[in-house]
Order: sequence, then C-alpha cells, then structure tokens
Amino acid sequence: MLSLIVFLPIIAGLIILAVPSSQKQIIRIVSLLAAIAQGVLAVLLWRTYDPSMAGITAAAGGNPVGSFQFVEKLPWISLNLGGLGLFNIEYFLGVDGISITMVILTALISAIGVLSSWTIQKQVKGYFILYNLLATAMMGCFVALDFFLFYVFWELMLLPMYFLIGIWGGPNREYAAIKFFLYTLFGSVFMLLVMIGLYFSVLDPMTGNHTFSLVAMADQHNFIKDAILGPNNVMWRYIAFSVLFVGFAIKVPMFPFHTWLPDAHVEAPTPISVILAGVLLKLGTYGMLRINFPLFPEVFHAGMFVIGVFGAINIIYGAFCALAQQDLKKMVAYSSISHMGYVLLGLAAGNSEGMLGALYQMFNHGTITAMLFLLVGVIYDRAHTRQIDKFGGLSSYMPRYAAVVTIAWFASLGLPGLSGFISEAFVFVGAFSSVTTRYIAMVSVLGIVFGAAYLLWSLQRMFLGKRKADAAYDLEVGADGHEHIHFHDWKGKLDLDSRELVMLVPLAVITIFLGIYPMPIMGMLTTSINKLVQVLTPVVLTSMN
Amino acid sequence: MFELPSGAEIQSIIASLKGNVGFFLPEIYLSVLFMVLILIDLVVKGRKNNLLSIATLLGLAGSIFFIHQQHALPAGELFFGMYVLDPYALFFKYFSVVGGMLAVIITMADRQFDREVKSIGEYYALIVSMVIGMIMMASSADLLMIFLSMELVSLTAYILTGYFKRNARSSEAALKYLVYGAVSSGLMIYGFSLIYGLTAQTNLIKISTELAAHGYDPLVAMLATLLILAGFGYKIGAVPFHFWSPDVYEGAPTPITAYLSVASKAAGFALLTRFFLISVPHGQPKIEDILGIDWTLLLTVLSIASMIYGNVVAIWQKNVKRLLAYSSIAHAGYLLLGIIVRDQLGTQATLFYLLSYFLMNFGAFYVVILIANKTGSENLDDYRGLGKRMPLAGAALTVFLISLVGLPPTVGFIGKLMIFSSLLAKGSLYLGLALVGILTSVISLYYYMLIPLNMYLRDAQHPAEKDFNPGMIAQVLMAVLMFLTLYFGLFFTPLSDFARYSSALFGLTW
Repeated sequence: MLSLIVFLPIIAGLIILAVPSSQKQIIRIVSLLAAIAQGVLAVLLWRTYDPSMAGITAAAGGNPVGSFQFVEKLPWISLNLGGLGLFNIEYFLGVDGISITMVILTALISAIGVLSSWTIQKQVKGYFILYNLLATAMMGCFVALDFFLFYVFWELMLLPMYFLIGIWGGPNREYAAIKFFLYTLFGSVFMLLVMIGLYFSVLDPMTGNHTFSLVAMADQHNFIKDAILGPNNVMWRYIAFSVLFVGFAIKVPMFPFHTWLPDAHVEAPTPISVILAGVLLKLGTYGMLRINFPLFPEVFHAGMFVIGVFGAINIIYGAFCALAQQDLKKMVAYSSISHMGYVLLGLAAGNSEGMLGALYQMFNHGTITAMLFLLVGVIYDRAHTRQIDKFGGLSSYMPRYAAVVTIAWFASLGLPGLSGFISEAFVFVGAFSSVTTRYIAMVSVLGIVFGAAYLLWSLQRMFLGKRKADAAYDLEVGADGHEHIHFHDWKGKLDLDSRELVMLVPLAVITIFLGIYPMPIMGMLTTSINKLVQVLTPVVLTSMN
Repeated sequence: MFELPSGAEIQSIIASLKGNVGFFLPEIYLSVLFMVLILIDLVVKGRKNNLLSIATLLGLAGSIFFIHQQHALPAGELFFGMYVLDPYALFFKYFSVVGGMLAVIITMADRQFDREVKSIGEYYALIVSMVIGMIMMASSADLLMIFLSMELVSLTAYILTGYFKRNARSSEAALKYLVYGAVSSGLMIYGFSLIYGLTAQTNLIKISTELAAHGYDPLVAMLATLLILAGFGYKIGAVPFHFWSPDVYEGAPTPITAYLSVASKAAGFALLTRFFLISVPHGQPKIEDILGIDWTLLLTVLSIASMIYGNVVAIWQKNVKRLLAYSSIAHAGYLLLGIIVRDQLGTQATLFYLLSYFLMNFGAFYVVILIANKTGSENLDDYRGLGKRMPLAGAALTVFLISLVGLPPTVGFIGKLMIFSSLLAKGSLYLGLALVGILTSVISLYYYMLIPLNMYLRDAQHPAEKDFNPGMIAQVLMAVLMFLTLYFGLFFTPLSDFARYSSALFGLTW
C-alpha cells in the first residue's frame, strides 16, 4: 500500500511521457487522477491506522513490524565487502504517528497542487512529469525507514524542484533555482557522510549485520561502543548531530540558513510555492524528528536550549521581515519562516506537549500556508502584481475571495477556533513547562504580536478602505448601476472561480474543523510522541559489546 | 660479468615463452586486428564508408571472447615476470576494449570527421593500437614493460589528438600533449633508473622484497617515487601534471577526448595502483619514516589539489569540452581517494568509480558530439534552448551531469558513496579527505548545472523552426547509456561484485 502511494505519481509521469505534448488536457487529467488516487489511499491509511502502536523504535526483538504499520521490507542491495561483512540496503517502508500525518498532508497538498497547476500553459508535459517526480520523492521521504532510501528520495526532490522553479518561475528564476539547489545540496552532502558513519556504527539486532535501518539506529543499544559514531566517540557524535541538524535546518529553513526561501518563493509559480511551503519545509523538521534527535538523544538534550533560541529567532526575525515586505508573496514566505520557528521551539521543549504542538503545527502550517500561497496566486493571476499598496478595498468587489483570505489570515495569526491556535498553544504550553526553554518562550510570545501586526495590517491595506489612486485595477460602473472593478487583461471570473474554490474550500474547512476538534490528527500523534519523548530522554547505557 | 646462457638454458627459455603465449592471446589477437585493419584500409583506400568502422567494432568485440577465456586461467606471472595475469588486469582489459568500441561508435556519429579529414585511413587502426597499449599497461609488472606500454599509448594518442591536420587547435593540442608527455616520460624513466639503482631489479614484486630486505637510501627512494609519480600523474591528469588536459580535450577530435578522459585515465590508474600497492613496501622498515613524508601523503596532496583545482577552475569555463576537462581533473582526485586508503574496499571503490565514470563521461561526450553535429559549436552559450529542440539528448545529458555531480539515483552517486565508505570505514582517520571530497562536489553542482541551465532555463538566441533529430541509432545508444546510468544507480550489485572480484592483484594479499 505504501509503495503504491509513493509510486503512483511516477507511474502517472510515465504515462504522461507517452502522451503527445499537444494533449495538455489529458496530461493534466492523468496527473489529477493519480493525485486523487493518492488521496484515496491516504484516507484509507488514515482510517486503518492503529493509533495505539507507537513506532519510532522497533518492537521487542528488534522487529519493526508490531511497532510500525504498513511495513514493507524487502532486501534491495546486498554486497559482500569481505572483512566488513555485508553491505545491506533495504527497501524498507513503514509509518508511525509522526509520518502518517505527513503522508496525509503530502497527499492533500499534492492534489491541490495539481489543481493549482491547471493554469500552467508553458511546456505542460515537462511540467507535470517533473511535478509527479517531485510528488513521489516527497512521499517517499516520509515513509522511508532505511536511511539510504530516505537519502535517495531526499536528493531526488532537488532536481525537479530546480527545474520547476527555473523554467516556470518569475524573472529572477535562474538565481533562485540554483540558490535553492546549492543550499540544499550543501546541507545534504554532510548527511551522506553521517549516513555512512552511522552505517559502520550500528548493528541490526535481527541479523547482526551493519544496517541503514533508521529503526535500528533509533535504539542506542544497537550502536557499537567504539565505532566512529558509537557512544564512546562523544566528539564525533556531537559533530555528526550538528552537521545533520544544519542539513535539516536548511530545509526548515532556520535562521541563518533561510535566505534561499524568500527567493525561491517569490520566483516559483504558485503550485510550486504551495508544495514548497506545504510539504518541503516539513521535511526539515520531520528529518530532525526521525533521524537527528532519536539517533543522538544525548546531544539533543545538550542542544535543546540552542535549538530553542534559534526557534525564537526564527519566530521574531521572520515576523519582523514579514512586517517590512511590500510584496505579498514575500510577506507570506517570511511568515512561513516565522511559523516554522514555532515548530523548532516546540521540538526544543523536548516534552510531550511541545512535541505534540510542533507536529500539529507542521500539519496546520502545511494547510494554512498552502492556502495563503494559493490566495496570493489568485490575486497575482488577476492583477499581475503582488505589491500590497496596489490594492485597496478589495473586500467589497471580491467578497468570496475576501472571506477565504480572512479565514486563512486569521488561522495564520493563531485565532482561537482555527487550527493554528491549538498548535501554537501546545507549543507554548510545552515550552513554558520545560525549564530549558521557559525564558525563550516568554520572548517568543512577542512573535504572536508581530504576527498579528503584519497579517492584520496587510489585510487592512488590501481589503478595506477604498481603491487607491495607483491601484492595479480600474473601477467601472456596470449595467446594474453598481461599481465593479476591472483588471487589465483578465478575462476570467472576477471573484474566485470554481476551480479555485475546489482548492481553497477544503483547506478552509480543514482549518476550521481541526481548530474545533483536533483529535483526527492529534489522536494519531500522541502514542508516537510519548514514545519519542521516552527515546529522547537520556538513559545510562549499560549493555552491549 | 654477464654470462651467455648455455644451450640448455636457451631451450628452457624458449619453452617457457612458448608456454606463456597461450596466456597472451587477447594481445596477439588485437595485434593481428591492427594489421588487418591496415590491409582493409589499403583495399578500400580510406573511403569514408562504414566498412572500416564496423570491422573495427566487430574485431574489438571479438577480443572480448579471448579476454573472457582468461578467467579460467590461474593468476600468475608471464614472460619472466614482465607481465601478469590477474582479475585486476582483466578488469582493465574489458574496460579498454569496451571503451575502444564506444569510441568507434561515437566516431561514426561525429560529423566533424566529414568536414576535417579526407580519409579516415589509419584512424581505426590507431585506436586499436591504443587499446593494445592500455591492455598491456594494465598487465605490466615490470618497469620496462610499464614504460613500453605507456609509450605505446602515448604515441598513438599524440597522433590521434592531432588527427585533424588542418585544424589549428587540433595540431596545437597534439604538440602540447607531446611536449608534456615527453617531459613526464623522461622524469618517469629517470625515477625508474633510480629504483633500479637501489635494487638492481625491474620487477615490481622483486623491487618490493629487495627494498624491504636490504634497506635503501630514503632520500633517493623518495625522489624516485616523486619522479615516477610525475609520469603516472600525467596519465591520470591529476594536479599538478594536468596542464595538457584542457587544451588536449578541447582540441582533440571529441571521440578521442572521450576515450582519453575515460580509458587512458583508467589505464593510468591501473599502473599507479599496481605500482604503489605492489612495489612500495609497507611492512618494516617503513617507507613512511622518511623525512616525515610518504607516498600516501603525496597522493593525498595530489588528490586534494585535483579536487579543489579541477572543480573550482571549471566554474569559469565557457566551452563544454574544456569544462569536462577540468571536471575530469577533479574526478582524478576522487579516484585517488580510494587508493589512498590502501585496502581492498578502497581498491574496489576506485574500480567501481571507474566503471561509473565510464558510463557517465562517455555518455556526456557522446551527447556533446551529437549537439555539436547540429549546432556546430561546443560553447555553453550555444546550448541555449536545446532542451526543447533535442528533448532526449537534453534529458540524457542532464542525467549524465547529475551523475557526475554524484546525486542519486545515478551510478555516480554510488561511486561517491563507495569511495566515501572506504574512507570512513577506517574511522575518523580520513574524514578530512571525505570532507574535501563532498564539499568540492557541491561546487561541481554549480558548473555542471550551467549546462542544463542553458538548455532549459534560457531560450535560444536564434530560434530554429524545427527540432534537431540526431538519428535513430544515436537516440538508442544515448537512451541505453542513460538507462544504465540510472539502473546501476539503483541496482549496483553486479557492478560492485565485479569490482570486488577485480580488486585481486597478483602478489598482494589483502
């Protein structure tokens, strides 16, 4: 089942390869069908997922089955390396609480991304092939439990993303695309070295061989004491943790590695921004949760304060930057940085509340930011500008648009009753109850104030008041005697059309629903998070070798 | 004084030579092929039909049969220790022959030959003689034999580089190649003479035992190693012996560039590895004690310098062949990493990397030729908008370049993975080298991506009305190379097992 959900998009991509490039509609429909099928599978996974199983580490005896769900484990590559034993790489998929929610999010955002891509006119065939490749890689990252497999999926995302920004992006796309590529690759090459180092340091309890299995690596008992990343090599473990953290932090993106994100967002076409903010950024924090923290729990404990500080910087710095932006999309991009800071803060708290808040925030940020970017795309399609000053009084002319914007904007600033509130509340409860992060949390609360400031201010400038003199649209009096606005060279519907509603309404409903009743997502998280917190609590190791 | 052998001794020498001939069949076969090709050329008078190229192709393919037969033979010395037969040598025999075949196929596709030369004449015969030379390099176990086989390769390479006689760049490249080659050969043979002076031996294994048993003057030994390294370094194109390579790569006919950058480099590595692993003693007394430097350190310096220099200078290149030349300098650096660790895993990794480099570099050069056939240019600026006009070529080139960077899921990634694994398997000892390796590969992403950037992200300056079609055979070959690059990136067990099998050197127990 997991294989299917991972490889469905790539199968669609192969079908598209055979379709002549003039058949744009067929290409789009094939992609959409794959995305819908993926969504159906995701719902099936969600319904059959057993929230009482914890995951994170293996069940007794080192067997991942019984702890992870929907496990698929096949030998993939096995090499004889003489004295070093067998080089084993497994095709190993499975989900637990922290990945199942991300799988659902990925399926949701991928499908919405396909709908949002409907307006792409340039080289449609190439676009959807790359899009589907990207969708497979993202999904693969969330379900891979073998480090090697994870790494392959992780790197596989880069090339499609490069082309999607580089070919279909805005005027400065070359710069943004290569910047994204170089930043992420820089982070991930260190991951490659750590991966090899971990391989030589860990034994699979079931076979006694070295292994790339993340499940085996998550249990400190499986480390060889004197190996390069074994518990006795304290210095190397600190270094390995740090470079892994930087690799994931670039993806988050965490200050000071965030500069690629505003560039990438501003240049990327709307659907790619949605994917980037909705799913890709989550991979950074997911990587921390799946790999970085459980594999080096004692280093995590030592570094909680630092991570918390960086989280706070992200929250406040991101909010300040957002406050200063004239370009609406850039503002949303910086708000993303700010909101990912809450995730970092929740992780740094290291307790169940904080972690739960962080993971819930990952899901909510995915849906809310996807909405924000879609809404930016809607107005950009019509006005061909994103300058906040070029608008004014939109709410009276585009009421439906204004309604969805209001929901998204308020969800983003954490209004109670919407999903963003619950996750931020949990993050702060966790951060306050942890001695390490208590004072950081106090400072971070300011972020909420600034967040409210830039969101409300932009809302006011764009939607309230009257049309400005240099606005991106004209006013005309229609046949009915009322005033209408008129965008230059925009032939479509003035307010949201049905395709845009299909994308936005489900996200808005999810945001409201999860703000009132968070259990569908939170229920899946709790067991795994308790287990994770237990794994992260340092224990004195007594056994092995 | 030197005594003449008696009649009985001569008899036994002849008997031994006769007995060894059976172990020398691929070389004999290829020599015959060389002469047959000259005869065919005389008959067809160098007309540009495909008879010669197909004869060469079939002839080279036939030699694979003879090489394959040698798997059954026991590893051992031939011709009084001049020559060895071991899985390691067989690896490079296959490598050279298949490389030669690809060079022939690429030549058939290259339209520049139609423009530049009247007769293709001895071209194919020379390729075969280069193959023979490389095969012999891989098997040489004696200083004399090493020198002879290297010169055989070099001399044919000089001629082939300057094969476009009326093309100034080609002639310039040949001259530069010749001058650098002559100097480095001279240095190398001086180093050999020093080694002979120290040990009175020319056989690698005997040199090793002699050095270990009787001691030696450390300074002279070091000097000799340094001089010999000049010869090998020139062949593998490592810094600081690389100066010839950008000019030669740019000026030479592209099939020759591809062949030199892959097979000639590999043959150089075959010799370098055999020489350093076999003839330099690393028991007691240790050569490492001399002056605080040792040969692994020398190679380490070469490797780091090559990785940094090759990757950094490539950033400013505007000509794709020059860009690939600098990248090949960098790859020499990565390949050296596997030798520096001095164990079986490292050798296996180097051999695997050579195989991956074979696929991706041949592939890249092949596409470059196909593009040059249509646009008449190898300049980066002329690659604009090619992605739309040659979709398959663009996709294939992108895959090869991604593989050269070392990103999954390509065979180049596995090559880098194996190299770094062999470094880290030694604990934190070689971590610094691994760091240089991965950081420079991030740099390499930038310049490799310049090619897809021009192909896909920029539009052509002069929009052409129709797509370029490189032809059916070319499309198939390109697709096959691309498929293999991806396939072996996901299922690399056969390649890796072959590399492991081939890491058995005669006279060395791991």
